[in-house]
Amino acid sequence: MAEKSNTSGAGVVHDVQTSTAPHGEAHGASTFPPFNSETFAPQLVWLALTFTILYVLMSRLLLPRIGEVIDERRERIQRDLDTAERLKSDTDKAIANYEKAFADARANAGSIARETREKLDAKVAERQAAADADNAANIAAAEKSIQQTRTKALASVDEIATDVAGAVVKQLIDADVSASDIRSALSSRTS
Amino acid sequence: MAAEGHGHSPIEQFEIKELLPINIFGVDASLTNSGAYMIVALSLIFGFLYFSTGGRSLVPTRMQSISELLYEFVANTVRENVGNQGMQFFPLVFSLFIFVLVLNLLGMIPIPGITFTVTSHIAITGALAIMVISIVIFYGLYKHGLGFFKIFVPSGVPLALYPLLIPIEIISFISRPISLSVRLFANMLAGHIALKIFAGFIGVLLGAGAWAILAPLPLALTVALTALEVLVAVLQAYVFAVLTCIYLSDAVHGSH
Repeated sequence: MAEKSNTSGAGVVHDVQTSTAPHGEAHGASTFPPFNSETFAPQLVWLALTFTILYVLMSRLLLPRIGEVIDERRERIQRDLDTAERLKSDTDKAIANYEKAFADARANAGSIARETREKLDAKVAERQAAADADNAANIAAAEKSIQQTRTKALASVDEIATDVAGAVVKQLIDADVSASDIRSALSSRTS
Repeated sequence: MAAEGHGHSPIEQFEIKELLPINIFGVDASLTNSGAYMIVALSLIFGFLYFSTGGRSLVPTRMQSISELLYEFVANTVRENVGNQGMQFFPLVFSLFIFVLVLNLLGMIPIPGITFTVTSHIAITGALAIMVISIVIFYGLYKHGLGFFKIFVPSGVPLALYPLLIPIEIISFISRPISLSVRLFANMLAGHIALKIFAGFIGVLLGAGAWAILAPLPLALTVALTALEVLVAVLQAYVFAVLTCIYLSDAVHGSH
């Protein structure tokens, strides 16, 4: 660069001046740009301006706008989840109710069956007892009549035997034997 | 020849060029390429975030998804580093992040003679860093009064070590704006210089007869470096936002 300024310099006489002046200028321009403090002011002014506008737009308009949508979505999902939760608990409750009703019905059925059985058992027992009593009475009466008949029959046996013995004796020896003799003879034999 | 040499200078791309001379009360407020790039960045950010969220649909469109992703990403960064009380600083951190990010990325778009990276200037990064630290100090004093200075007193340390540790803490606090600004500035600057140098090699080799056969080497390197620089551009914007959050955390929570 200094080379160029040298060749473009006016003349050999002012060589020193011409070479130093552009050289100084070139040096100023080729200062490492980020450290050139002359450019700080315009940079900072525009930074302040743009960043302030950006911040205001962000905090007042853009971020609330995005946040709103996200919040709304989150709420919606939460609401749906809550509804699902509620429906599930409703279902659980309904199932529990049904199961309780079912268990109650089963218990009821059991108790009804038991009661009926007990009632029937009682009735059966009652009838049986009545029948047993009847039978016992009949048996007793029958036994009594058998006893009487037998006693009567036994009483008749002696008489018949005496008669038969008298008749037999008469036929055999043609003798009348008194009934009392025969009776005593028979009773002595039998005893 | 000199003009050609000038064109190959790797620092020429950082030159501030005046586009429109403006002078307000003796302050040089000229619109420069730096200012123009900031206006472009502002317009792009506004345009994208505004129109992508125009529908405000419950099921987001692709563009709306990007906006929401950025929002959630920065919001989570703030929440993780500062906590829920820090959400009042969310617009600030988001503005810083998106501003630095877009300016870094705009600098990666090559437009001959125009391309300029605003964040490769210490004045810009320094101003942003000083703004952040000023907010930390003012908010800290507003919230905790003079108790804010307890952040210089490490807790759970024997009293005897205080004379040693307090100056260290103060120096580390003062160095924060410096590291914050220099990190971004140096990353942008070095990356662009490296890119320019390697890209320059391509031209030099192509013009050097048989050596032109080697030209693809710096080309490949330039491609790789470009990818790296895009990564750095995004990463540095994120780092700037995260460090801002960490510093704000001191102001919000007081002593650590």
